[in-house]
Amino acid sequence: MTGGIVQTPEAKAAYDARWQRVMDCVALRQPDRMPIGMQPTFWLAKYAGISCKQLMYDYEGTKAIAERAVLEFQPDVHSPLVLATASGNALEAIGFKQLNWPGHGVGDDQPFQYVDREYMKPEEYDEFLFDPTGFYLQKYLPRVAGAFEGFEDLPSLPGLHYFRLIGGIRAFAKPSVRAALEKVIKAAEEVERFAAHHTQFTQRMAALGFPVSYTTTSVSPYDFIADYFRGATGMMKDLFRNKDKLLELLDKASVFLLRHAVAGAQASGNPVVFIPVHWAPDAFMSPKQFETFWWPSFRRMLIGLIDAGLIPMPMWEADCTKRLEIIRDVPPGKCIYWFERTDMVRAFEVLGDVVALRGNLSPSMMTTGTPDEVDAAVRHLAENVFHKGGKLILDCAFGIPDETPVENVRAMFDAARKYGG
Amino acid sequence: MEEMTGQERQLVDWLADMNEDDAIDLAKRMLLEEGANPLRVLELCRAGMDIVGKRFEEGEYFLPELVLAGEMLETIGAIAKPLITHAPGEEPKKLGRVLIGTVHGDLHDIGKNIVSFMLDINGFEVKDIGVDVPVQTFLKEIDAYKPDVIGLSGFLTLAFDSMKETISAIDGAGLRGSAKIMIGGGQIDETVRSYTGADAFGTNAVDAVSLCKRWVGVAA
Repeated sequence: MTGGIVQTPEAKAAYDARWQRVMDCVALRQPDRMPIGMQPTFWLAKYAGISCKQLMYDYEGTKAIAERAVLEFQPDVHSPLVLATASGNALEAIGFKQLNWPGHGVGDDQPFQYVDREYMKPEEYDEFLFDPTGFYLQKYLPRVAGAFEGFEDLPSLPGLHYFRLIGGIRAFAKPSVRAALEKVIKAAEEVERFAAHHTQFTQRMAALGFPVSYTTTSVSPYDFIADYFRGATGMMKDLFRNKDKLLELLDKASVFLLRHAVAGAQASGNPVVFIPVHWAPDAFMSPKQFETFWWPSFRRMLIGLIDAGLIPMPMWEADCTKRLEIIRDVPPGKCIYWFERTDMVRAFEVLGDVVALRGNLSPSMMTTGTPDEVDAAVRHLAENVFHKGGKLILDCAFGIPDETPVENVRAMFDAARKYGG
Repeated sequence: MEEMTGQERQLVDWLADMNEDDAIDLAKRMLLEEGANPLRVLELCRAGMDIVGKRFEEGEYFLPELVLAGEMLETIGAIAKPLITHAPGEEPKKLGRVLIGTVHGDLHDIGKNIVSFMLDINGFEVKDIGVDVPVQTFLKEIDAYKPDVIGLSGFLTLAFDSMKETISAIDGAGLRGSAKIMIGGGQIDETVRSYTGADAFGTNAVDAVSLCKRWVGVAA
């Protein structure tokens, strides 16, 4: 946990108390006080008065800023702050095409933004379903990351055997494949450095008494295909045009996504798996579409994570009020549901006996409101959710919005301590 | 719209019911084999889209149906439009002009595209000027297009300031005049409307259509 860094008895007690607060919420026990989560991304740049680009590219600087923020605000759990921000060198080394980031498609002082495109054509469902690994190597990876360009020339591996196997590896000597392998190795070395800085940061914070909320992230099968393969409009058309193949791929994806999440979380030692949820909101599909396409494969993942002793923490983006009755169908005391725009009091009424809750101070209030308004919003959640028995981890709607004035963040933490005792 | 034949009614129903293959096949047959008047076929498409729009407003349809409806309309339009031989003029009169774009710094376009589509099928002339639109581009486009309504879209929280800046520049350049400004996007609420100085905000495409209809004096 601390990677050998010395943890004083006081720091250990503080760490244990903070973590216990969150675990009490998960187990649906009343904690000693309302825990507070802290999940900034590019807000750290505002906090430190530097550009988003600097935050993305300066490992040491970013670790120092993140540490300063944690020490100032003393959250019960903080997000993996370095992992969420300082990815610039890694993204560049891998030639990542699915994000625009400072210096690569957006200005130096703008956050990174996802590039919604069709990364898999509708006629490629069969290929992906038949041989996911082959599809990744020869089609998907070169499309989404420049370092892999050249992998198109790799042979199809299933079927290679005996002397066909000997002859089959000739492709690895092709200049295009060699160049790609060299780039991938270099990129992997950079990712190793990036990951090492992340680990050093979380271990140092643990030694100082501050647990990280999670280190493993995952995705729902539907969002995985919609966001990273078919693109938003492609996916919506598939609900009509490629319904059966989509359902088959959702089933398959739920298996390999679950394996990834379980392996990652078990290796990290932190049981919480953070799952941002993009395509579940009320406005995005009908209840019937939700119950056919979105929920079943995701529920299987949730159950798989729970069975592996892990704690899923989906962050239900936008307004998911109409989904509450459906997503209630999980074993009690095993998950944290983080809500963005869903009314938290309503979520508590429907889900309070099943899951811990997290969120959800409004982004517009945090960015444009006054400290008094922040105080009132925290008080509202404390009085109407936490003190009524809701196992609420107070946080912003999807983490601290990038533009939030620092005094509003101070107001949030002060109010949480004032009203959450 | 004049009385529909059984075949015409079938086309409208298939479009409205998301029966894409049958609708496209029938439209093709009518246009390419039976010599149907392309303007009439487009009119039928509009009737189908009216039903889609109503079902969306009533909460029966959601974004996927709007996206597929847009595709069907585009496919049939691409076949029908080159067959139009008459001088233009039979197009129904538009209710008003809407200029729409995603404010600078923000690259998101799905919500904006859905709003444009819904305004279009509800009888508005829509000019979509894209994403990450600089303030100066908005000013130039407003000056040239003279819209009745200006729609600013944005998904990220950074859009709050971009919207505020854009609206303040529109005011500063004396371009607001009688035009109304609406804002929309994932994080938009009354707090943001008040912060930016917009006339109204919406959380979905139905809100946008209602606002525009109200502003041009048509019952929503």
